Amino acid sequence: MLSKVVKRIAISIPVLIGVVLLIFIMLRVVPGDPVATMMGEHVNPAMIEKISAELGLDQPLYVQFFKYVGNALRGDFGTSYRLNRNVTQIILESFPHTVKLSVLAALVAWIIGLVAGIVAAIRQNRLLDRLFMGCSLVGVSMPVFMTALVLQYVFAFKLQWFPISGFDSWQAMILPAIALGWNSAGSIARMTRSNLVEILQNDYIRTARAKGLREHGVIIGHALKNAMLPVVTMMALQISSMLSGAVLTESVFGVPGIGRLSVNAIETRDMPLLQGTVIFTTIIIILGNLIADLLYNVLDPRIREGA
Amino acid sequence: MNESVVLDVKNLKSHFFTAKGEVPAVDGVSIQVPAGKIIGIVGESGCGKSMTAMSIMGLLRYPGRVVDGTITLDGRDITHLKPKELSQVRGNELSMIFQEPMTSLNPVYPVGVQVREAILLHQKTTKAEAKQRVLDIFQAVGIPEPEKRYYNYPHQLSGGLRQRVMIGMAMVCRPKVMIADEPTTALDVTIEAQILRLMKRLCAEQGTSIILITHNMGVVAEICDYVYVMYAGKVMEQAETFELFEHTKHPYTQGLLKSIPRLDEKADRLYTIEGVVPNLLHLPKGCSFCTRCDQAQERCFTEKPGLYAAADGHGVRCLKYESGVKMDGE
Ligand SMILES: Nc1ncnc2c1ncn2[C@@H]1O[C@H](COP(=O)(O)OP(=O)(O)OP(=O)(O)O)[C@@H](O)[C@H]1O
Ligand SMILES: [Mg+2]
Repeated sequence: MLSKVVKRIAISIPVLIGVVLLIFIMLRVVPGDPVATMMGEHVNPAMIEKISAELGLDQPLYVQFFKYVGNALRGDFGTSYRLNRNVTQIILESFPHTVKLSVLAALVAWIIGLVAGIVAAIRQNRLLDRLFMGCSLVGVSMPVFMTALVLQYVFAFKLQWFPISGFDSWQAMILPAIALGWNSAGSIARMTRSNLVEILQNDYIRTARAKGLREHGVIIGHALKNAMLPVVTMMALQISSMLSGAVLTESVFGVPGIGRLSVNAIETRDMPLLQGTVIFTTIIIILGNLIADLLYNVLDPRIREGA
Repeated sequence: MNESVVLDVKNLKSHFFTAKGEVPAVDGVSIQVPAGKIIGIVGESGCGKSMTAMSIMGLLRYPGRVVDGTITLDGRDITHLKPKELSQVRGNELSMIFQEPMTSLNPVYPVGVQVREAILLHQKTTKAEAKQRVLDIFQAVGIPEPEKRYYNYPHQLSGGLRQRVMIGMAMVCRPKVMIADEPTTALDVTIEAQILRLMKRLCAEQGTSIILITHNMGVVAEICDYVYVMYAGKVMEQAETFELFEHTKHPYTQGLLKSIPRLDEKADRLYTIEGVVPNLLHLPKGCSFCTRCDQAQERCFTEKPGLYAAADGHGVRCLKYESGVKMDGE
């Protein structure tokens, strides 16, 4: 088990290096001088050159790269051009908001998704099943920002049940969490249902019934754990789609998290900040996948043993 | 057959409601199981043996359901029990072993825990006590190193051991009747003999009756007290084992017996009953076996035979024995 974890982490390192390299090069080949953007259009060229030199942007790309990686390894991701503060610090300040939003959204997704999926499987092809699967289809097909805008318009603007933006009270957190979680809830519900329906055909389910378990006992005790194996993996994999969704949700609802931070960084060509947020997000996604794998291991004795 | 009857199935009909039509998988089956005896049900594949068993257990699933008949267990009608009452009977007074030992255990729980669950569901005991009983039953069904096997997952056990676990699970609450649906078909022959002997011994010890489903006439001859021969959802012949083998009456049963390979007779090729099992949706108008029967007469194609008594406790569904007393109400 431990060796497996180590192996997985080792595999992740090249991925991480690749991402750093990619983002580093991309930011430097796109048109538009970051210093010019930062200073405004009407600054004289000499000034721009001087600042570029100060920031080390005049050096060859590979020098810049190794310097950056060297500092990053020591936890220093540079200084934000616009905010003029340490990037690591900025990220660590806004990250808790993103975590809170994602956790709430994940809770929404898990609870709604699982309950709807289980109920739909039990009431297969009946009214509730159709209703839930209809809703989840809408959930899966709607882009996050659209869900966010619709929720904001209806419940915050028209009905005024919730604040339009911000993230400082629990009322303010509800809409962003639902907006971000809805999509995942839809896929979890669909997957839970289809897995359960399939699992319920198995011979060991018949055995469970034959030994005297009631139907709910059969489902909770014998079907769910088997049906959950792929779902758990999917739920952990959705950490990545949660994060990309968080970018949009945070922008719509003005949540001061990593997502809004990177959008701002793009708009202002704040290279160190953008690099920092991208690398940070990558690490989170890699960790998410690792957790998914490990969970699968814990749940399924057949895999646990093969390790 | 006047011993006390623990399980009395009367005129059981189970149909599958499919897009192509109503399939009469079990078509008026009556079975009596005396206390402590082993009853055999034999017949070719698809004749409705498993569906009869599933109907008795209340395990038929959509699109199949019991449409007629009564099932009485120890004087209590269990045909239309509520889910809660049914769950108290299943696994407790009435249990079942399935045809597929490899897939009948849940892959994500240790086998011991799965057997223990059967005890905890039906009896008020502590987990520790229940575990001890599982270890005892593992010992009884011949699982070596019960203590270690208790924590094994199904994939770590061979087919034979898994089937022993299933038997343990089915026996652990000392049921009145245990249905064993081809418990040894998936296993090799040496294990088959061991398992059958084991079942016979355990049931004698616990006073449990067995319904043994098989298509192996040899197995029937060896351990059953009474036999029902099924064809296309109906009982074609029934008799005490010795009587059935010595005075075989029905052409279908004769065919089944002839198709057993024998060591003491030279034959160039194995006998098989001509033709195929008819589609249950398009059964012949008369006797369902008429299309394959080598003794069929004209009226067999138009008249449905009843079940006639050819001797004491020996019923035959064939017009040749029409002179006997009708044993079913049809
Ligand atoms: N889901 C279903 N839909 C329609 N018909 C079904 C269904 N399940 C079973 N049947 C019908 O029930 C009949 C009896 O099936 P059953 O499983 O009882 O046979 P069996 O005697 O146990 O055969 P085997 O020896 O192969 O186990 C089949 O011939 C089939 O026509
Ligand atoms: Mg069968």
